[in-house]
Amino acid sequence: MTGRSLFTRRSLTGWAYATPTALFVLLFFIVPIGLVGRMSVSDWGLFAGNRGWNAPENFADAVDDRLFWPAVGFTVKYTLLTTVILLGLALGLALLVQESTRWNGLLRTSFLVPSALGLASASLLFYALYSPQASPFPGQIAFLGTPWSALWSTVALIVWRFAGFYMLLLLVGLQSIPGDVYEAARLDGSGRWQTFRHITLPLLRPSLALCTILCVTGSLLAFDQFYILTKGGPDNSTVTIVQLVYNMAFQGSNDLGRAAALSILVLAALLVVNILQFRTLRGREDR
Amino acid sequence: MTRFFSRTPQFVLTGGLALIFLFPLVWATLASVAPQAGTRQTDGWGFGNYVTLAHYQAGIAQYLGNSLAISLMTVLFTLLASVTGGYAFAIFRFPGRDALFLLVLAILMVPYATLLIPLYVLLNSLGLQNSLVGLALVLSMFQLPFATFMMRISFEAVPAELREAALIDGCGSFRALQRVLIPAAKPGLITVGLFAFLAAWNDFITPLVLISDTGKLPLPLAVANLRGQVMGIVDYGATEAGVVVLALPCIVLFLALQRHYVRGFMSGALKG
Repeated sequence: MTGRSLFTRRSLTGWAYATPTALFVLLFFIVPIGLVGRMSVSDWGLFAGNRGWNAPENFADAVDDRLFWPAVGFTVKYTLLTTVILLGLALGLALLVQESTRWNGLLRTSFLVPSALGLASASLLFYALYSPQASPFPGQIAFLGTPWSALWSTVALIVWRFAGFYMLLLLVGLQSIPGDVYEAARLDGSGRWQTFRHITLPLLRPSLALCTILCVTGSLLAFDQFYILTKGGPDNSTVTIVQLVYNMAFQGSNDLGRAAALSILVLAALLVVNILQFRTLRGREDR
Repeated sequence: MTRFFSRTPQFVLTGGLALIFLFPLVWATLASVAPQAGTRQTDGWGFGNYVTLAHYQAGIAQYLGNSLAISLMTVLFTLLASVTGGYAFAIFRFPGRDALFLLVLAILMVPYATLLIPLYVLLNSLGLQNSLVGLALVLSMFQLPFATFMMRISFEAVPAELREAALIDGCGSFRALQRVLIPAAKPGLITVGLFAFLAAWNDFITPLVLISDTGKLPLPLAVANLRGQVMGIVDYGATEAGVVVLALPCIVLFLALQRHYVRGFMSGALKG
C-alpha cells in the first residue's frame, strides 16, 4: 500500500517537473504540426485567413510552380557539393590537429572561431568580402555574377563557417579510438595510409555518420546564406526549396495554404532522406 | 632544435591554413575602420561607419536591446524547461515519460519553415504577433531537443549516492535538485545556456517570419536591411561595422567558455 502510494506520488512529482517541457511541446510543436496540416488542405491567405477546403490544389499548385523543379535540383546539387567538400576538409583538419600540442591548440581555435558566428553574420561578412566595391581581392572578380560562381562562392562561405564545427565532432570520435589499436597496427608493419584506411575510417564511422546526417539535413534546408548573399539570383538560379516556401508565404503570392503544402512535402522528403541515411550508415556498420 | 627545423614545412602549411580561416574576420574588422569611398569613413581611419550604424533608423541601441532581450529570455526559458525536464527524465519514472522524450527529440526532424508558417498564424491568435516574448518562446522550443538531451545526460552522470544522500538528509526533490544536481551538472548547464544564447542572437529566419514591426527587429535583420538603405546603393562600411558588432559578443563568449563547452560536449559524446 505504502509502496504504491509512493509510486504514484513519485510519478506525480515526475510529471510536475516535466510540465514545462510538455507545455512547450504541446503549444509550440504539436499544435503547429496539426495546424500546418490543416492549412495545407485549406485556401489560406496571409491576410485573408482560412477560406475553406482546397485540398489537392494546394499540393498541385506547389509542385507546378515555375521554380519548384529548379529549386529541388539546385538544393540537391548544393547539398551534395557542400557535404563532400565540408566533410572531406573537416576530416583532414581533424587528423592534422588530433595530437594535443600547444601549436595544435592554436590551430584548433583558429579553425573553430568562424563557427561562433551566426550564419547570417557570416553571410553578411562574405557579402561585403565578395562585393566589387569593398572586396580586398585584386581585379574585378564577379563572385556572385553567374549561377556557377554564385554557387561556389556560397559553398566557400559555408565551408569556412562550418569546417571547424565538424572538425570538433570528428576530433571527439578520433579521441575515442584507443591508442593501443594504433600501436598494434604499427607493430604489424602497416603504413600510414593502410592504418587510416583500415583502422581510423571504420572506427570513425559513427562520428562520420552523425556529421553526414547533420550536414545533409542542414544543407537541404539552406536559407539564410542564399537569402542574404545571392537573394536567389542571378536569374533565380540559386533559389532553394525553403526559400520557395518563404516566398510563397510572405512575398508575392501571400498564399499560406500553398506554402504549408510545400513545407509538408519538404518534411516528408526530409524524413525519407533521413531514414535512408540511418539505414545505409548503420547497415554498413553492422557488416 | 633539428626536430623543430625538420617540422618547419608543417608549421608553415598549418599556419597558412589557420590564417586563411582567420582572414575574413581580420579583414572585416580592419575594413570597418578603414577609409573607403561610399561610406561615412572616406578619409583616414576611424569609427565613421559605426556612427552610421548608430543612427540607422531606430538606432543601433534599439536593435541591440531587442537582440539582448530575445537572447536572454531564450536562455531563461530554455534553462527553465530543460533543467526541470532533464531532471524529470533522468530521475523519475512516470507514465508517458519515454513518449514525451521522443516527442522532444522529434522537434529536430521538422524543418523550421514547416513550423514557422503555422506559428505565424498561432502567435497572431494568441496576441503574440510582433512580440519579443513570443519570438523567444519559439526560439526556446527549437533549443529543447539539444538542451533536454544535454541536461538529462548531465543529471544521469551525477552519482546516484550523491542524490540519495541529499534525499535522506531530508531534502525534498526540489532541494536535492537545487543543492546537489545543479552544481554537479554545471558544465552541461553552461553549454546549454551558451548554445541557447548564440542560437537566439544569430537566428535569422524566425524573426524574419514572426516580426514585421521594424522597431522590434533583432540586430541581424536590421544589419541585413541596412544594406538596401539608399536606392540599392549599399553602404559596405556600415555593413562591415554591423558584422563586427554582431560577431564580437559571440567570439568573446565562445573563447571565454571554450573549455567548459568542449568539456560538456565531450561528456555528452562519451555517454551517447
